[in-house]
Amino acid sequence: MTKVLEPSAIAAKIKQTLPDSRVNAESGYLLVEPAALTSVLTYLKTTPGLEFDYLSMLTAVDYWDYFELVYVLDSLSLNQIMTVKTRLQGRVDLWAPSVVSIYQTADYQERETFETLGIRFSGHPDLRPFLLWEGFQGNPLRKDYL
Amino acid sequence: MEITPGNQSELIHLEQDTFEGLEIERLKKASQATFSDPVEWMEGVPKGLLLTTVDAVLGWARKSSMWPAVCFPACCAFEFITAEASRWDLSRFGMEIVRASPRQADLMITAGTLTWKMAPQIKRIYDQMADPKWVIAMGSCAISGGIFASSYNVVPGYNHLFPVDVYVPGCPPRPEALIYGIQMLHKKIMQESARRKV
Amino acid sequence: MPFTTENFILNIGPAHPSTHGVFRIKATMDGEVIVDVEPVFGYLHRGVEKLCEERTYAGILPLTDRLDYVSAMNNNLAYCLAVEKLAGIPVPERASYIRVIMSELQRIASHLIATGAFLNDCGAFMTPLLYMLREREKILDLFEMASGQRLTYNYMRIGGVSQDLPDEFLPALKDLIAQLPVYIDEYDRLIKDNEILLSRSKGVGILPLKLAVNCAISGPVLRASGLKWDLRKADPYSLYERFDFEIPTGTQGDCYDRYRVRVEEMRQSVRILQQAVKGIPSGSTRTEVPRILRPLPGDVYRRIESPRGELGFYLVSDGSIAPYRCHVRAPSLINLTALKEMLKGWKIADIIIIFGSIDVCMGEVDR
Repeated sequence: MTKVLEPSAIAAKIKQTLPDSRVNAESGYLLVEPAALTSVLTYLKTTPGLEFDYLSMLTAVDYWDYFELVYVLDSLSLNQIMTVKTRLQGRVDLWAPSVVSIYQTADYQERETFETLGIRFSGHPDLRPFLLWEGFQGNPLRKDYL
Repeated sequence: MEITPGNQSELIHLEQDTFEGLEIERLKKASQATFSDPVEWMEGVPKGLLLTTVDAVLGWARKSSMWPAVCFPACCAFEFITAEASRWDLSRFGMEIVRASPRQADLMITAGTLTWKMAPQIKRIYDQMADPKWVIAMGSCAISGGIFASSYNVVPGYNHLFPVDVYVPGCPPRPEALIYGIQMLHKKIMQESARRKV
Repeated sequence: MPFTTENFILNIGPAHPSTHGVFRIKATMDGEVIVDVEPVFGYLHRGVEKLCEERTYAGILPLTDRLDYVSAMNNNLAYCLAVEKLAGIPVPERASYIRVIMSELQRIASHLIATGAFLNDCGAFMTPLLYMLREREKILDLFEMASGQRLTYNYMRIGGVSQDLPDEFLPALKDLIAQLPVYIDEYDRLIKDNEILLSRSKGVGILPLKLAVNCAISGPVLRASGLKWDLRKADPYSLYERFDFEIPTGTQGDCYDRYRVRVEEMRQSVRILQQAVKGIPSGSTRTEVPRILRPLPGDVYRRIESPRGELGFYLVSDGSIAPYRCHVRAPSLINLTALKEMLKGWKIADIIIIFGSIDVCMGEVDR
């Protein structure tokens, strides 16, 4: 059975190692500030005992005041799973750090999030429309797209 | 952006993508109305018109081996493949060869949902087919957009792009339903040749 | 006199007889050797995730069938499991056994198409595909007996399955289970040591394990690269922990290994079916669930092992009758992340073989 890790213990460890990152352990997931995302994910990937080397899923949700990015991390060797979330306030000009350098699988998923929800990822090698064509007006999965 | 040998292919890709995007938008604006369906062929051969042997032979030759063109977007493609396999053999109608080149095909069985992104490509295939050519719209998505009709990227039916001869409903239609549609098309071809002036 | 060459961009698809659907590859070639590959998706993007936000939880089930249309039972199962976890709905034991039976039958049918199409692409024109379709017809007859449909079943419901198995289902299934190993052995014997297949697929399109894990590849492609990772054993769902089966793996991660892994998985599926038929209990097949379901606010990510890899549904509920957000983690799309690395350096004829061995279904990639 895959173990679902409790975020509170991990949040304490992260605050010790990376004091600048403001992480909060919520119920069932770890909430991270966008600026600290890459360092937290690198820490989760490289620390023995955590070893989250497999990014199962990357997506985003539009809650009217903010956008929430969801990362589901998986560890194949230790068979455990964990969710990391980060929030971007506002609705225009959204920027989040790209995790392509840590997990290559984020390539297509970030492109899709950019096109359907309008979140730009800084550091992504090739941020272009993916499922829709160049010149498509609007972001379909936003709540104000008709 | 400065053109260097390094980013030349990137520029080619960007230029191609922008051009294709403009093409899709232009086609979308031009395809808001549907082509009407001619139904007078279903009333049978009109009285007072003699069916000559030349017409009969021409109609028989045309219907006996119609070669489908490649147009397999989605799930209905699997029912078409099953219709072509050994249980419901399509080669007894002379149709087992699916021609990849539209110049050699005369039937387009549209098996799947059409999206606006794919629309210019399918229109191009239809335009490249030589006359006489026929279209069978297979499945609900091909007739009216089906279960996805209210989506932002789905064309509500192939008859927004070109005229359709036979509509086969189902989601996906059984192979027997597809064969019934093909036989209806055969009937139409026999009567069409009787009507042709030349 | 200096001799210069230029790279040439070749466009393959989207209307191509061998690309398993509408898929387009822009290949930059140096002569016949591939230098760079840019895949273009979206020709079947039907906006399923946006449509899910307008429909009730029970009304999304027909949409999930059309995602990975070659293995529709697995899509239904993944979605039902996600909603059941979100709303806390228990599933009766008989319903779980029926789900396992349908899931494994669907896995065999999907692998038959995958291997048949792969061998078709390798050059054995139509013969393997027609043989595999013959067996698939027998499986589809069983599905039609249970659910009334051949391709997009809509058979599972939130809380169980839609109706109980008819009386003639289990005897027919027992007959089929007795015949299937004989047929799988027959196909295997016919093509396994064929010189042309070996030279076209052994050593071709190697996917190293480190790259596979970094790209979050899953399913037979990951197992062929050497890692024993199967969600039916690692994170069991729907009573899979009661069944005894093995996980076949490959050694090198080339096209031939992927083909062998799929054939072995078919044999293991027959093993699971034998155990399920012997141990199926009696009882109800569905928990009573309100027709318009209103789960409590929250989110859930639930995943299963579909024939193509890890299929997951991420559902967010805000307490109303429709999901607030429904995201599908499509294995075919994620498995294509490593396509560039797998294709670089090979020739143009190998594109089709390597792409066919990944076994992609475009309905899932584009959603």
